[in-house]
Amino acid sequence: MSYLHTHLARVLALAGAHVALVALALIAAGAVALPLGVAAARRPRLGAWLLGGFGVVYTIPSLALLAVLVRFFGLGDGPVFIALVAYAQFMLVRNVVVGINGVDRAQIDAARGLGMSARQTLVRVELPQALGVMLGGVRVAAIAMIAIATLAGYVGGSGLGVLIFNGLTLHNQSMVVAGSLAIAALAILVDGGFRLLEARSFPGGRASA
Amino acid sequence: MWPDLLAHTLQHVKLALAALAVATTLGLPLGVLAATQPRVRGLLLSLTGVGRTLPSIAVLMLLLPVLGVGTAPAVAALALLAIPPIAINADVGIRGVPLAVLEAAGGLGMTATQRFARVVAPLAAPVAFAGIRTAATETIASATLATFVGAGGLGDDIVRGLQTGNPAPLYAGAVTVALLALAVELLGARIGRALEAP
Repeated sequence: MSYLHTHLARVLALAGAHVALVALALIAAGAVALPLGVAAARRPRLGAWLLGGFGVVYTIPSLALLAVLVRFFGLGDGPVFIALVAYAQFMLVRNVVVGINGVDRAQIDAARGLGMSARQTLVRVELPQALGVMLGGVRVAAIAMIAIATLAGYVGGSGLGVLIFNGLTLHNQSMVVAGSLAIAALAILVDGGFRLLEARSFPGGRASA
Repeated sequence: MWPDLLAHTLQHVKLALAALAVATTLGLPLGVLAATQPRVRGLLLSLTGVGRTLPSIAVLMLLLPVLGVGTAPAVAALALLAIPPIAINADVGIRGVPLAVLEAAGGLGMTATQRFARVVAPLAAPVAFAGIRTAATETIASATLATFVGAGGLGDDIVRGLQTGNPAPLYAGAVTVALLALAVELLGARIGRALEAP
């Protein structure tokens, strides 16, 4: 605990870098996953292939995928960013598909009956209805990404993993413990924040997974 | 390199199997207890919520000052992470057994022990196994990080490849651990299907 007291500013700065890396990757991952998820919901065969492929990526241990990415993209936050976007796809696309497929068929028919185009139906009816489930996917992805981003500290990137891996190299146990506690706290905080957001936005309690 | 790779693969599997054995031994009875005691279930659910949120590398590192480096602490950390999915699924599986079936078993004159062994356990098995399967996939993946606490495994090859800039052990370790994880996932799916359709 002593490191936390003596180096609080450094821990907070690294926590900020950790959050920034995960947040950027989450936005990029969402921008990829949303159209893919909509396409996957429309075409079940494509959906099965996409989720199967992303499921395989998701199964690969993060250190293994990251090491290979470092060979191609060099050290630093870059390969970590790519790994984060790749891992998040399975959780994000899956929940977009589940969310859209869960929309009541009668509501879609009613929207079409009102003269809405397919695009309008998607934007005004399906996506808003699917938002709760999609938000659950974002939460699960964010937690996994916070964990994986720790490895940035091992491949010359930033974030709280720097404390763990520098601490291991320097045999500075309190630095390792401070980094681990900070990462654990960050994960719990972000999880709680998303759950609160889900409960506020969807009081019916449709949060899942 | 190849004898190393084989030794590290065996060590990786050994770490994961030991952790899974410990987690199953503790997790299944915990799930049974949770299914019958609402207070235990409440505790289990809140601990699981935290446990599923904590990054595995943080758990490995936090046990480091307590347990030191090597195989035993790595197994302890991996087992700790694997208990929640196993216990929760056992609890869900047991509580999913229909009341009518339990009453019928009682009507046949079965004792509580007989009823559990012959009726509840077989019916709860598919859901309980799904928890073990989740835990197995996660344990194989997390065991890659065991290299950072000096417990060996395929993470050793990846780390050596990264540190020396030598791509051979890096790719060998990365591909082997990825295939191992996929194999466990597929094997789990197959066993799961077999349990559901006996």
